[in-house]
Amino acid sequence: MHNTAHASAPSQPKHPLDTNLKVDRNILGMALFIGSESVFFLLLILAYVNFHNQYGTGAMAAWHLDVVKTGIFSIALFASSGTLWLAERAHAKQSGMAFFWMIVTIGLGTTFIAGQGMEYAELIRENLTISRDMFGSTFFTLTGFHGFHVIVGLILLSIALWIMARGKKQHEITEVGLTCVSMYWHFVDVVWVAVFSVVYLWRFIK
Amino acid sequence: MTQGALEHSHKPVNWVAEVPEYKGILSWITSIDHKQLGLLYIMSAFGFLIVGALLGLTIRMQLMFPMAHVVNQGQYNQIFTMHGTTMVFFVGMPLLFGFAVYLTPLMIGARDMAFPRLNSFGYWVYIFGAIMLFFSFLAGGGPEAGWFAYPPLSEKGYLFNSGQNYWALSLFVTGLGSVATGINLIVTILTMRAPGMTLKRVPLFVWMILMDAFLVTFSLPALNAALVMILFDRILNTHFFDATVGGSPLLWQHFFWFFGHPEVYILILPGWGAVSEVIPVFSRKLLFGAGIMAASTVAITFLSFGVWVHHMFTTGLGTAPLYIFAVTSLLIAVPTGIKVWSWLATMWGGKLRFSVSMLHAMAFLIQFTIGGLSGVGFAVIPIDWQLTDSYFVVAHFHYVLVGGMLFSLISGVYYWYPKATGRMMSETLGLWQFWLFVIGFNGTFFVMHILGILGMPRRVWTYPVGMPGWAELNFFSSCCSIILVGSLLLFVYNLIWSFYHGKTAGPNPWNAWTLEWLADSPPIAENFERVPVVRSRRPLWDLEFGSGGDGDGEGQHA
Repeated sequence: MHNTAHASAPSQPKHPLDTNLKVDRNILGMALFIGSESVFFLLLILAYVNFHNQYGTGAMAAWHLDVVKTGIFSIALFASSGTLWLAERAHAKQSGMAFFWMIVTIGLGTTFIAGQGMEYAELIRENLTISRDMFGSTFFTLTGFHGFHVIVGLILLSIALWIMARGKKQHEITEVGLTCVSMYWHFVDVVWVAVFSVVYLWRFIK
Repeated sequence: MTQGALEHSHKPVNWVAEVPEYKGILSWITSIDHKQLGLLYIMSAFGFLIVGALLGLTIRMQLMFPMAHVVNQGQYNQIFTMHGTTMVFFVGMPLLFGFAVYLTPLMIGARDMAFPRLNSFGYWVYIFGAIMLFFSFLAGGGPEAGWFAYPPLSEKGYLFNSGQNYWALSLFVTGLGSVATGINLIVTILTMRAPGMTLKRVPLFVWMILMDAFLVTFSLPALNAALVMILFDRILNTHFFDATVGGSPLLWQHFFWFFGHPEVYILILPGWGAVSEVIPVFSRKLLFGAGIMAASTVAITFLSFGVWVHHMFTTGLGTAPLYIFAVTSLLIAVPTGIKVWSWLATMWGGKLRFSVSMLHAMAFLIQFTIGGLSGVGFAVIPIDWQLTDSYFVVAHFHYVLVGGMLFSLISGVYYWYPKATGRMMSETLGLWQFWLFVIGFNGTFFVMHILGILGMPRRVWTYPVGMPGWAELNFFSSCCSIILVGSLLLFVYNLIWSFYHGKTAGPNPWNAWTLEWLADSPPIAENFERVPVVRSRRPLWDLEFGSGGDGDGEGQHA
């Protein structure tokens, strides 16, 4: 009877003739989701690029962005990828530092979102809104969707942290679960590398 | 085996209505079982098929006579928009997902999908999206800009009722569910195959679904990005597609068709998969060139991302893009032609059994070839310039989507209905339905080729008296459309009648070879008591006659 359960259940030893992909199904699913999301962001970026030089307003408006301030907040986001990596490593070693690095990661991500909020407030005060012109439309849609993804990532990280904190041991969340959350977070980070380069650094190319 | 059978306490069930796990409406609403969700998808799709067909019938009634006034202009715009949107997103997509999630785990010897809850999410999000779209009629009028919603017509300045907002929101949430199901299918096929079931041994249907799921996962986000932009244009006053402030209506066309052309293959691939199972079984032969069949599917998957501009040949993009996309569009006909060739070669010299399922598959072959040939014609730029936006286009895509997709999937319904319900479908009703379907379909749409060549533009509300041939051909088409809708109603009647009165099927009524026919009809909740080790493309043949039933050499030594 032990044979009746389906052969690919993860708890069962692999059949010698098993030819399936040797990757956890959750990780594969997350990788495909990230691939799908990449197409979504690619089109938002293409829309921004397409309208950048429309009537010159896009290129001109981009000069008004505060590269230094946003650059500093971006460093917070980039650093959060590193701290999450440290959290994962600590978690694999069953070290209590995992907890600490998770909190640092969430803190850095929140800092980035706060920075984006301040930037939006400043732009809107200067009457640069989503409905003003092509720059407003593409800039707020692109960075807004990125910000939304950061917030989703923060929620995922918080859930992971909560699962860690809730258990008697700190290691209740599985390695796979944490890997999936971290894949998503690194992806959001990489998208920002592309967005920051296109929106903020393009003007320095002569 | 016998010991295992004894330990299973419940008595064998040969009708899906008697499966203990499926009793009660709550078991369906809360289900995460791939078989129940597959059936829900398919039943919902046929429900919307009737709605969409009645919308189409209304179009035909309006066009039956010149200067007729069955519905007014505004209503007519809503009706053809809802006809197209319903048929593509609420009939085509759920029908293919229904087949995919029902059959894929059974065919690869798995117990369920990789993510059963995500599977359920995909279905309910689809239903939610469909309700949201139809709710627009109660909220001040449906969408009116056609199924591809070109700006500026779809912009707020031109359509200020909320129908277009509902359209965009509805397709957006449905798109999220489609991506979820696409990912689910890929992961299922790549990580949950039974021992010995290499990718070379999975049924062709599974290959088609694998490629289909890749298309869904990577093209639907393009639609979602475009939908977000049109929605923001309408409710947040952005200007993505608003030319008066520097936006670009052309950008919508690029984004939409970057999704829209792969979508055509998303819709047709599962039908090809169904036919690739039906034709070998009813010809009593192995599929001719199964390897090249899988390879050509992969080729189509890649090429389909590089042909979208052939929908935009008249937008003035300049010579170079036109030539490039004309070439890729001609190129994609090659792997498609290989498939038709393979199906024909499978039938050649076979011992044909003309079941209703096989008849639909054969009608598919002929009609799909007609649709394919008129499609290749559009890759030739001057032909496209002459015929674009005419009824020739309407004829072309109905030959592909009705003559191709719907015929092949109805062939699949006749083939797999015994597996899903435990009952055979009535062949007598089926024969009537088949011939009415063939007559109604070809009668309705073949004459549209001629109407298009005679210059009738698509999407016109009516046409003047005295246009040469228009009145006669439109009248003929409208009469046949009544037969077409009648045949679809007869099909639904057959589904219901056979459910109560059909003969008991048994596990393998067609003497087929693939793994789903090893399961009971209907399959038990766990699908299989025991999954055998797969040693060839025909595991059931191996069980009956020993290994070596086909040319899969490596399997014989395993």
